[in-house]
Amino acid sequence: MISFSAVSKRFPGGKEALRGLSFTVEDGELLFITGHSGAGKSTLLKLIPAIERPSSGTVLVNGQNVGALKPAAIPYLRRNLGLVFQDQKLLYDRSVYDNVMLPLVFSDHSPREAARRVRAALDKVGLLGRERANPIQLSGGEQQRLAIARAVVNRPSILIADEPTANLDIDSAGDILDIFVEFNRVGVNVLLATHDLGLVERFATRVLRLSEGRLLGESGAG
Amino acid sequence: MRSWLRQHRLALAAAARKWLAQRAAALLNALALGVALALPAGGFALLEGLQALSTRSAIDPQVSVFMRTDVAPQATQQLAARLRRDPRVHRVRLITREDALQSLRDTSGLADVVSALGSNPLPDTLVVTVAASGEKTLDQLAEELGRAPGVAQAQVDALWARRLAALERVGRLALVLVAGILAVGLVAIAFNTIRLQILTLRDEIEVSKLIGATDAFIQRPFLYLGLLQGLAGALVALGLVWGALALLNTEVAGLARTYGSDFRLPFLSLGEVVGLALIAGGLGWLGAYMSVSKYLREIEPA
Ligand SMILES: Nc1ncnc2c1ncn2[C@@H]1O[C@H](COP(=O)(O)OP(=O)(O)OP(=O)(O)O)[C@@H](O)[C@H]1O
Ligand SMILES: [Mg+2]
Repeated sequence: MISFSAVSKRFPGGKEALRGLSFTVEDGELLFITGHSGAGKSTLLKLIPAIERPSSGTVLVNGQNVGALKPAAIPYLRRNLGLVFQDQKLLYDRSVYDNVMLPLVFSDHSPREAARRVRAALDKVGLLGRERANPIQLSGGEQQRLAIARAVVNRPSILIADEPTANLDIDSAGDILDIFVEFNRVGVNVLLATHDLGLVERFATRVLRLSEGRLLGESGAG
Repeated sequence: MRSWLRQHRLALAAAARKWLAQRAAALLNALALGVALALPAGGFALLEGLQALSTRSAIDPQVSVFMRTDVAPQATQQLAARLRRDPRVHRVRLITREDALQSLRDTSGLADVVSALGSNPLPDTLVVTVAASGEKTLDQLAEELGRAPGVAQAQVDALWARRLAALERVGRLALVLVAGILAVGLVAIAFNTIRLQILTLRDEIEVSKLIGATDAFIQRPFLYLGLLQGLAGALVALGLVWGALALLNTEVAGLARTYGSDFRLPFLSLGEVVGLALIAGGLGWLGAYMSVSKYLREIEPA
């Protein structure tokens, strides 16, 4: 469970990115976060893996106050989360396969089991044939799918994706959203930020609407 | 435990990969470190050689007694007999002037010189080996003998060994200073190469932090890299020192032969080789550690 209460985030420059946000996401829920560019979607998502810390208010992830974690405890929080970043953060000096392998370093799988998991993750996003390619050789949509494969390879219970469909045509975007819906169907808690309202409307699910760092409202099933 | 081992194995593999990825730079680095290490290591090897030489000659402290050329052979015999009864004396060897001339004649190339001399210019010589060593007895005996009738000069042969030992002490001090300065340089080289590595691997470090790598995990390959670089430097240094000593020894062998010695400058012992590797690896590791402590913290994902 993820719970925000009265969360504000003011950046060092004085910019108020989030103002008094309160909401709760239940286990197994699929939640969309929408809003204009600069509304605070990325900032909100970055509070969960403690990439950013709230200026005030508390963010609880599975009962843990992540805003108050000691730096040494943060890696262990992140290992339980699957993160897809707006700028993907792929490593271009290694293959598709090795990019997906990265998070498995921290789990105690045998090399055989690790390899099996990497293939399973790549299979889920439809990149099984591209293992040996370099991420630079992939199309925009394929790179986004690669980022998803890396996020899910450790089978996290919470999957957080920031604009995973940016710059994609409507069909490709739909394909990617379908992948998340599928993960959600097997019990993964999915938080997904997008400014593409058209896409969101296709899913009967809960949507948080942000504007200027404030919660404008909620809609959909909840 | 198993996972701990695995993490270290992975880190070592990652370090080796990072190292191989920039082969040319790594090679130049090893060369720079190797030259910096070869200086004190080579100096140390030379000093060891000198020390071996000076202790070797100090083991057998001798006084050479040169008689005046105008004394009768009997006088020399009497002095030798008297010395043989002296409790401080272990052994007395008499080299008559005729024997001396003969051995000079036998020395290749000198036969003509000797025949050109006409009369024998060489004195009778007594080589006195002292029973109890110790500089005092040696000096005392030499002084006494110098004043004995018929003696032209009594000379402590260990004198040059003592001078060598003094020289060696100066050399040792200089070496320690040079080694200290170069150690600082070594750490600085390691610090800088690891800093460059960290900067070029910024993305990888950032991603590692995002997927839940601990600082210790991220640091480890860089520390191993520093260690490997130090070890590579040590290897280069050993090669340089070995080559230099081999070259020097061809000359030393010739020189030693003229003294009837088979002396050679010894190469570093196994213990010293291991010591050098440990020191070089340790300094590389230290530089890497300092670099990592300073720069890794600065890379935070945003
Ligand atoms: N590190 C930062 N320092 C200062 N201001 C920041 C920082 N990160 C974000 N902001 C500001 O906070 C506000 C919210 O940014 P955020 O990235 O959360 O928006 P967003 O909703 O994700 O926008 P987009 O749809 O363009 O990705 C913006 O005005 C942005 O300029
Ligand atoms: Mg954003």
